[in-house]
Amino acid sequence: MTQQALFILFGVITVAAAVAVVTVRNLVHAALFLLLAFFGIAGLYVLLEAPFFAAIQLFVYMGAIGILIIFGIMLTRGMMREDQPRANEQWVLAGVLTLALLAVLVWLAWQQPGVETIEAVPENTIALLGMALVDPAGFVLPFELASVLLVVAFIGAVTIVRER
Amino acid sequence: MDFATRLLTFLADAIVNIGDWIRGLLGTTIGLDPSLVSVIMTVIGAAVVAFFPLIVVVFFLWAFRKLLARIQGRIGPNSSGTWAGPYAIFQTFADAIKMLTKEDIRPQGVDVVPYNLAPLLVLVAALAVWAVIPFGPELIGSDLSIGIFYIMAFSSAALVVFLMAGWSSNNKYATVGAFRAVAQLIGYEIPQLLSVLVVVMVSRSLSMQEIVGRQDVIFLVALPLPALVFFLASMAEVNARPFELMEAESELVAGFQIEYSGMKWGMFYLSEFMNAVAVAAIFSVLFLGGWRGPWVDAAPILGTVWFMLKIGLMLMVWIFFQFTLPRFRIDQMLAFNWKFLVPLSLANVCVVGLVDRVITEVFGGRAVPAWTWAGVMLGANVVVAVVLWGVVALAERQTRRREGAWHAAQAGESEVGA
Repeated sequence: MTQQALFILFGVITVAAAVAVVTVRNLVHAALFLLLAFFGIAGLYVLLEAPFFAAIQLFVYMGAIGILIIFGIMLTRGMMREDQPRANEQWVLAGVLTLALLAVLVWLAWQQPGVETIEAVPENTIALLGMALVDPAGFVLPFELASVLLVVAFIGAVTIVRER
Repeated sequence: MDFATRLLTFLADAIVNIGDWIRGLLGTTIGLDPSLVSVIMTVIGAAVVAFFPLIVVVFFLWAFRKLLARIQGRIGPNSSGTWAGPYAIFQTFADAIKMLTKEDIRPQGVDVVPYNLAPLLVLVAALAVWAVIPFGPELIGSDLSIGIFYIMAFSSAALVVFLMAGWSSNNKYATVGAFRAVAQLIGYEIPQLLSVLVVVMVSRSLSMQEIVGRQDVIFLVALPLPALVFFLASMAEVNARPFELMEAESELVAGFQIEYSGMKWGMFYLSEFMNAVAVAAIFSVLFLGGWRGPWVDAAPILGTVWFMLKIGLMLMVWIFFQFTLPRFRIDQMLAFNWKFLVPLSLANVCVVGLVDRVITEVFGGRAVPAWTWAGVMLGANVVVAVVLWGVVALAERQTRRREGAWHAAQAGESEVGA
């Protein structure tokens, strides 16, 4: 009961904030609404008993990506004026692609078997997650690839800003 | 049992016993539904956890101002002819009343919602941290399995509030101040996080209670370098001198808070001090063994006392540190972080991880004696420190040589000119 009420609350926050992101004229407000949507998703993770992902959501999306987006908006000239057109000339193509993505997602969700019984969440999920990330039979390859990707981005950033 | 014994047994675990008493009162005496009782108990617990830092900060502010005044050769707040009580102990209440009754000024052209929301959110983030801090063997808001990571996540997400405050103030100085603040806080988050990672690696858990439980030997003894890095980085995170570049009255006119006044400014001020106390508490949990101390098994309330004493000790160190050092320039501050603290904390992670693994392999499944483990770790830390000293000395000599060459070149040029 409480769970359901909280789920609906966080769901409404997330969806409303996401709608506001694409409808408000002020770009900084849009970025702040995006952060609110991230926060709503973190709340959903908590309800799903995945506290680690909730913290990651706060840490990475609000703490890092949100600030990066706001820095990007504030450091770009003329981005914060409200008289700019809301959509650029590629909106038709973007709309078609977005609808196609939505269709694929709905189709995928449809394909999933319905949930009959809910299994109890295991005791120490973080330890299990950690083991899975370094287990050769688990996710060690994607994990290492992600770190390689980050190192490449890091070196790239240093190369770009280096004095010549 | 006679009265004295019963009183002592009650006092030995006073806070838990009071909680049980209230639960019994609601459940048996009044006869409420058990689920309702648990809801009421949760609300009471949350209120206690939220009010505790406020009360501590009120008295910490007094102690802070008194000590600061002594360090600077002044008397500080005093009670001559006022109602502030002996030694002006209630000075902070007077300040709070003054701040609350001030006019709520809204500068022209501010972005109303973010401008008013920012002080509230910064306070929420400062309070949220206290939910996972263990005050005793049983006294913890919520022993989350992600404990320390929850704290890190909240303090990281709170950064965006500074941008909100700075940008919505409609003042270029506030916006630039916010950029500086975020550049500082994001940068120093990295060494802080990496030294927390070292503690998590050796205690094999993110839960605050388990980190406390692992410290048969306090981690300050076993891991002095990560403790040092954490201390320095958290000084920067709570905007204390010598890293006090977010506010820097003499150069930035208060940075991102420039357009705030009255209680809205008061909330920033309050959250800053609340964060200082929280950081002292986190340091005590991570490196000083939290509530652990003698006789805690017999009387759990002593655990809370030890914890408070440790927090007080850390705050004293914090104040002395803060008022004996001058402020860094911003380039020095960023260089100190990226060229010194970050490499050092990366080295810490590598060395401690390797040494811990080797010890575990050597003992092969048997439990490692706490003092052996701590001794080996301390040795590894000393080796890292010696190498670090060598590297810093080398770098300094190179800088000297380069500066000498530059001066010589200048002198040569001026001679040619003459």
